[in-house]
Amino acid sequence: MSDAVFAEQAVADQAVADRAVAAPAPHAGAGMAVEIRKVSHHFRLSGKSLPVLEGIDFSVAPGEFVALLGPSGCGKSTLLRLIAGLEPPSAGAIVADSEPVNRPDPSRNLVFQDPTLFPWATVWRNVATGLEARGLLKQHRARVDDALALVELGGFADAYPHQLSGGMAQRASLARALVNDPSLLLLDEPLGKLDSLTRMTLQVELVRLWQRNGFTALLVTHDVEEALLLASRVIVFSERPARIKAEFRFDEPYPRHRDDPGLIDLRRRILGTLGLAT
Amino acid sequence: MTDATETLDGAAAVDAPGLLPGLWRDGLLIALAWGVAAVVTVSLPDVVPWGGGDLFAAITGVGALTFVVLAFAAHRLGRAGEILIHYGPWLIAIGVWLALWELITAKTGWLPKPFFSPPHGLLNVYVNDGQRLLICIGYTLRLWALGFLSGIVVGYAVGVALGWSKRFAYWGMPLLKLIGPVPATAWIPCTFYFFPTTFGASIFIVALASGIPVAILTASGVGSVNRAYYDVGRILGADSRYLIRRVAIPAAMPHVFVGLFMALYYSFAVLVVAEMLGAKYGLGWYIQFQTAYSGYANVYAALLIMAVLCAGIIRLLFVARDRLLKWQQGFI
Ligand SMILES: Nc1ncnc2c1ncn2[C@@H]1O[C@H](COP(=O)(O)OP(=O)(O)OP(=O)(O)O)[C@@H](O)[C@H]1O
Ligand SMILES: [Mg+2]
Repeated sequence: MSDAVFAEQAVADQAVADRAVAAPAPHAGAGMAVEIRKVSHHFRLSGKSLPVLEGIDFSVAPGEFVALLGPSGCGKSTLLRLIAGLEPPSAGAIVADSEPVNRPDPSRNLVFQDPTLFPWATVWRNVATGLEARGLLKQHRARVDDALALVELGGFADAYPHQLSGGMAQRASLARALVNDPSLLLLDEPLGKLDSLTRMTLQVELVRLWQRNGFTALLVTHDVEEALLLASRVIVFSERPARIKAEFRFDEPYPRHRDDPGLIDLRRRILGTLGLAT
Repeated sequence: MTDATETLDGAAAVDAPGLLPGLWRDGLLIALAWGVAAVVTVSLPDVVPWGGGDLFAAITGVGALTFVVLAFAAHRLGRAGEILIHYGPWLIAIGVWLALWELITAKTGWLPKPFFSPPHGLLNVYVNDGQRLLICIGYTLRLWALGFLSGIVVGYAVGVALGWSKRFAYWGMPLLKLIGPVPATAWIPCTFYFFPTTFGASIFIVALASGIPVAILTASGVGSVNRAYYDVGRILGADSRYLIRRVAIPAAMPHVFVGLFMALYYSFAVLVVAEMLGAKYGLGWYIQFQTAYSGYANVYAALLIMAVLCAGIIRLLFVARDRLLKWQQGFI
């Protein structure tokens, strides 16, 4: 995906162009600024109210890579769903590039915890879904092939999801998001189910993509090391209802190394806040 | 597959040049069973004469001889041979069944005329009444095709609407649940009033019988689509139209096919009744007509045709399903 393709995309995608009015030369693919303003959320579970998020308040600068850590079931996926605009928060507001978020938009793409590929469509069709849904597929067929090549699934364009391994399905779902050139990429444990080797490869790949495309990234992960390899900021949530418990900056240049002493030190401190002192 | 068989044959020929290579033993057993059926038919007299015995014996006899030849040739026939070999045990069973059936009906009279018919009695019907049966098949297929197709198209559209739209489901679902269990035949009085021709009324009965299961299953299919697929679609910028066409409908396809199979059975079951409404021809009409005159052999003959037609159409539906639901192959 060259810059020329981004420019084309900017013309085609009115929403992106509109948002970029403030910038002198609208550079599509540039990151989105996100503000989470005092967001609280609860679900109704068997007649009772279940508070999940409580007063979450932080902002993410354009092009920043932020990792979200927290115990299982604390509400991380829920927060990503709210930012994606799939549900409105019970209280508070989410603002993306100074516009309130109230519905999903392809510029804010969410890679789900499960790959959730459409089982009835081939890998190529799955990845093409976003372009097809917006009527852009005819002009941009090549972008689908590019995205597939990027996640090394070029040879599996005609396979059906049931013919993929778990890791391949996860990569296909990543390609499905990337093909839309989002300016905000929400990643819900996208590498959670992969073997450690594929995982490491894709971590490097994610950083490369992020550096090249300049999108803002919000990554939910269970893996502190992964958070520190990828993100420049790590936000740690408490048990449910999730509150922000701690926040760490980590401005080490990329590519980072897992045995970097700074990383190891910070990793110990983060594990400490999570109650897993080593 | 063929390659492997050929190599095997070759090896056998080299190792033991004196033995018969690639003999299909089931072929000989089929020949034996069919031969017995032929001999039983010609050598024993009918308790009450049926006619058609000689022709039946000739057919099964020729069949037996053919299988003797095939027993030696089947392994060289490639794909056709493989299919033949696969159905070998069934062909043996058919031969045995024909011989037994001859014995207990025509030859001993344990199951007496006119209530039961030996195989050659059915053959006799096909030979003597073939012309009329062919016309009946044509009429029945026309009625079935018109009724079934219009029924499933309407049923499918209603099902998608019921599964997708809350408001449509609010009004439609209770009505469908009310109408669903009523046998299609119960509508005969008002169909007579609403349809100017009996043919129209017949089509309506068949359409109703096939439309209702398709509507119910399509609705439940569309309604039970994993919400996560809609979330994915919405994230990717899909509008409702796209979500219906590209998510709800394909996701519901497996359910729709269950509905289609049910529709097929129901539509065949009501054909006889639909043709009661004053049809001039048709297998259903033929069955009623012959029942009234105690022509039970003719009834059996027509029933057999219907069964074969239904089985053939089901086979086609399976082919269509395997095509359309290729993506499901992990589950089917
Ligand atoms: N649709 C829903 N209805 C009711 N409760 C829900 C719903 N979705 C999530 N929850 C509840 O919200 C809480 C947070 O869920 P969420 O999926 O956000 O957790 P998570 O932090 O992503 O956990 P994990 O790390 O295990 O993925 C859970 O207790 C869950 O039971
Ligand atoms: Mg989660």
